[in-house]
Amino acid sequence: MTLEILTPEKKLYSGDVYGVQLPGTEGLFEVLDKHAPLVSSLGAGRIKILKDKTATSSYSIQGGFVEVLNNHVTVLVEGASAE
Amino acid sequence: MAGQLKEVRNRIKSVTSTQQITKAMKMVSAAKLRRAQDAIIQMRPYAQKLQEMLSNIVSNVDGDASVSLAEERAVEKVLLIVITSDRGLAGAYNANIVKAARTAIRERYAAQHAKGNVAIWNIGKKGFESLTRHGYKTHATYKDIFLNLKFEYVQEAAQAAVKAFENREFDAVEIVYSEFKNAATQNFVTERFLPIPKIVKKAGATKADFIFEPAKEILIAELMPKILNTQLYKAILDAHASEHGARMTAMDKASENANELLRSLKISYNRARQAAITTELTEIVSGAAALQG
Repeated sequence: MTLEILTPEKKLYSGDVYGVQLPGTEGLFEVLDKHAPLVSSLGAGRIKILKDKTATSSYSIQGGFVEVLNNHVTVLVEGASAE
Repeated sequence: MAGQLKEVRNRIKSVTSTQQITKAMKMVSAAKLRRAQDAIIQMRPYAQKLQEMLSNIVSNVDGDASVSLAEERAVEKVLLIVITSDRGLAGAYNANIVKAARTAIRERYAAQHAKGNVAIWNIGKKGFESLTRHGYKTHATYKDIFLNLKFEYVQEAAQAAVKAFENREFDAVEIVYSEFKNAATQNFVTERFLPIPKIVKKAGATKADFIFEPAKEILIAELMPKILNTQLYKAILDAHASEHGARMTAMDKASENANELLRSLKISYNRARQAAITTELTEIVSGAAALQG
C-alpha cells in the first residue's frame, strides 16, 4: 500500500510501505495492506511507519486526520517532527 | 559653465546609484517571489485532500450536515482581517488593500462602523499604520506573522478568530487580501471567512463504505477549523507572493525610469561640455587674433 503524509508546509513522506501505526483519538491502531476504507481523527502521539517488517521510522504529531481508500493511506497533520 | 557641468555629473552619479539599489531590490524580490510561489504549491495537496475528506464524509451523512460555524446570524459585529506587507516600496500594493478594506466598511458595514462594531485585525505593519491613522479600531496581535511565516502562527490567528465567532464576539469575519495571479497582476479581494458557506454534497465524492472513527458529526466538527486554518494560511501565502510580485514590478519600472533619466542627463551633460569647449576655443582664437593684430 502507499502512504502519504502531508502538512500545510510540505509533503513529509510518500512511498510504498508495509504498514503504519497511528495514534487515533480513540486509541492507537495500525493500518496494513488492503485495509477497509476508513476516516479517523488523530490525537497527539507518534506515527510509526513500517517500511517492511524490520525497518521503521517515526514522526511525532500534535493531531490530524487519516483517510484510507483503495489501498492508499493519506495522513494530514498540522505539525510534525521526525524522531 | 564648469559649474553646470559638475552639477550634471553629480546628478548622473546619484541616479546611477539609485538605479543600482532598485535593480538589486528587484532581484531580491524575484528570488523571494519564487520561494513564496513554492510555498503555495507545497500547501496545495494538503488543502485539496482536506476538502476531499470533508466532502467524502458529508456525502456519507444522511440529511444535512449542520455545523455551528455555518450559523448565519444578524450581522452586528464584524471582524476584518486585513493582510498587508511589512515593508513599502511595492507600488500601490498596500494602498490598494487598505482601500479595499475601507470600501468594504463604507459600502457594506457602514451602520456597524458608525456604532464602532467593526474591528480590524492587521497582519503586516503597513496596513496597521495606515488604518490606525485613519481612525479605525485596529488590533495588532497578529501583525508580525510575516517576520516568521510559519503555519503554526497563522493557525493561532485563525483559531482566535474562530473562537471569537463562537463566543459571539463577531457575527461575520472577512479577510481582505491580495490574491496572487502572476507577478504583474494582483487581485484585491474581500473573502468571507466565517460563517462558512453551507457544505453541499458533491456528485463526484467517493461513496465508499467508510469506517468513521469517531462519528461523522464529530469528524466534521473537527475538520472545519482545520479547513479554516488552511484558508487563512492560503490567503497569507497569496498575499506574500503578491507583495513580492508587486515590489518586483515596481522596482523594474523604477529602474526603467532611471534609465530614461540617465539618457536625458547624458545628453545635457554632453551639450554643456561641448558648449564649454566651444567657448574656450573662441577665447583662444580671439586672443591669438588680438595679439597678431
